[in-house]
Amino acid sequence: MGELDYVVVLAGGISPEREISLRSGEQVCGALSEAGVQAILADADAGLLTRLRSDPPSAVFPLIHGAPGEDGSIREVLGLLDVPYVGSLPAACRMAFDKPGAKVLAAAAGLGTPASVTLPRETFHDLGATAVIDLIIGKLGMPLFVKPSRGGSALGASAARSAADLAAAIVGCFGYGDTALIERLVSGTEIAVGVVDFGDGPRALPPVEIVAPGGTYDYAARYTVGATEFYTPARLAAVTAAEAARVAVTAHTALGLRDISRTDLIVDDTGAVCFLEVNVAPGMTSTSTLPMAMRAAGIDLGRCCATLLERAAQRGR
Amino acid sequence: MVASEIRALFAVAARPEIVSLAGGSPFVSALPLDAVGDMVGRLIASQGQVALQYCTAQGDLTLREQICEVMSLEGVVAHPDEVVVTVGSQQALDLITRIFVDPGDVVLAEAPSYVGALGAFAAYQAEVVHVAMDESGLIPEALAAAIARVTAQGRRIKFLYTVPSFHNPAGLTMAASRRLEVLRICEQAGLLIVEDNPYGLLGFEGEPMRPLRAHTRDGVVYLGSFSKTIAAGLRVGWAAAPPAIRDKLVLAAESAVLCPASFAQLTVREYLSTQPWREQIKTFRELYRQRRDAMLGALTALMPPGCGWTRPAGGFFVWLRLPEGVDSKAMLPRAVSSRVAYVPGTGFFADGSGTGYARLCYSLPDPDQITEGIRRLAGVIDAERTLQEEFGPVLRRDG
Repeated sequence: MGELDYVVVLAGGISPEREISLRSGEQVCGALSEAGVQAILADADAGLLTRLRSDPPSAVFPLIHGAPGEDGSIREVLGLLDVPYVGSLPAACRMAFDKPGAKVLAAAAGLGTPASVTLPRETFHDLGATAVIDLIIGKLGMPLFVKPSRGGSALGASAARSAADLAAAIVGCFGYGDTALIERLVSGTEIAVGVVDFGDGPRALPPVEIVAPGGTYDYAARYTVGATEFYTPARLAAVTAAEAARVAVTAHTALGLRDISRTDLIVDDTGAVCFLEVNVAPGMTSTSTLPMAMRAAGIDLGRCCATLLERAAQRGR
Repeated sequence: MVASEIRALFAVAARPEIVSLAGGSPFVSALPLDAVGDMVGRLIASQGQVALQYCTAQGDLTLREQICEVMSLEGVVAHPDEVVVTVGSQQALDLITRIFVDPGDVVLAEAPSYVGALGAFAAYQAEVVHVAMDESGLIPEALAAAIARVTAQGRRIKFLYTVPSFHNPAGLTMAASRRLEVLRICEQAGLLIVEDNPYGLLGFEGEPMRPLRAHTRDGVVYLGSFSKTIAAGLRVGWAAAPPAIRDKLVLAAESAVLCPASFAQLTVREYLSTQPWREQIKTFRELYRQRRDAMLGALTALMPPGCGWTRPAGGFFVWLRLPEGVDSKAMLPRAVSSRVAYVPGTGFFADGSGTGYARLCYSLPDPDQITEGIRRLAGVIDAERTLQEEFGPVLRRDG
């Protein structure tokens, strides 16, 4: 590719999503190599700054999942180094990575999202877990879904169908963060919609339908090859698929995202599309939905990443 | 392979920011690496045509003679013909299970038991029946009761798997008197013993305890390893077995790998011939003793009420009991967030029990890191206990 000398794919990090990030990084590195781009996989460790300073790459593709890959901090550092990178700016990352905040912005943009409450661990400690849980159930009803307010790969996320379930789900959630997002569980068709922007505005990729074993798209279901059935494009009516695309692009725009994102949605039994969350460093593993959507759209993963890197190199930071 | 959150967390534990008390890896940096490097260079220069060629499935004869010398340090008298060199003792464990176990057969093992053994047993669809231990190791009465119970159910027990010295993960050592009792019980029941002894020469107190195999030539398959006394990366272990079993082992090994790696075998052979290996074992012993002391000292000083732990007299591991209601598996992500890692107890029970326990390994981090790791872990356990207290009433609510 003409504009690129060599590029760095950042993967690994120190979050529980390290292994997945490394898999994403390897996949993207391989795809870039096939597209004729010299790509080096690098971890966000004590040697990174020296490496980027001594031999600045044309651009960086950040694929570190979880904090600090998705909360904007690594991108702040890349900005300090004046190293161009693919993806959203730090402020937008911070908003997207904070799931309750992203839900507020999505709702403000007119998107439907399940009713929820967000509570830190201290609240349960200070006010008494039993009383707070009873309040939550009284207000939101059952079933509920609990996930850490920041994080991904469904780590610490689980459904609850009873008070005891909910307590266990919240305790499990606190393993991965100190604040729990507890939202009404919407049953329906789970889909993921990728959004890419090659310079002509954000456009949605075909929706990917996720049929997880037992209906739970948890960590094992996400990353065990063959465990989950995917339909690309999703088995949706044309009007629903178009609405899912609109919702994903709206979320991407409303949150001020750049280049690439993935929005997770549920199509409920009435056909309404509900926003769940958005990801600024979406998984790129062999079982991740974004590469599937690219294939379905006839977009080569390596070419796509190369184009995004070229755009990053051209615009500078 | 099913992706698992636990494996994902262990991937993070490899980062230098994390104090990993999880691994179980020996401290190979204590080896005289320059001398070993020179030795390997000379080996290739002088014996490259042998070291880089196939060999027999049973393993190099000179090495097997040396293995007998190593075993004699613990009182085991064996002939080189009884020895089969394997790719680490893990392969010996795999081959023994392959030879003896049909799906549904019972294997007896301590509670808890070595996770690698449980993996091998599961691969051949053995049903593991755990036998209780106390501070003196496997309880003979519990063993006799387990044999009687399983036999009365009409099921076949294929062997007892035991790690009598410096147990992994429990850190316990079977008392001398119990060893004789266990041998008697198994002999009466006609039950083969698979004795796994990778840590036997790494005792911190007094002379090595005599292995079960030192008391009898028959009825025991002895598994040994150079992973802890030389280098785990060489993957050289062995089985010492009665002739009939040895023959089956050789055939099984041949079908699995043709032969163990000649290069690794000759490296060990050369190391044992030219390097001060007995002194090196003393160095390892002292190093691990200091680390054991650091861990026990930190546990005593820092652990919150409700915890208990074993006091290993050798080997690599402390077995930690957590306060009532604290689940080691659920706590692991919190621990990794606090930059300390351990292995949840559930990995050491075939039935997934053991949630209230954790294995702590002191072999790799230095004493300061161990103290810091225990400090972090103590904080995590304390926070976990508080969380359980806060949510306990709802967690116990029906429906």
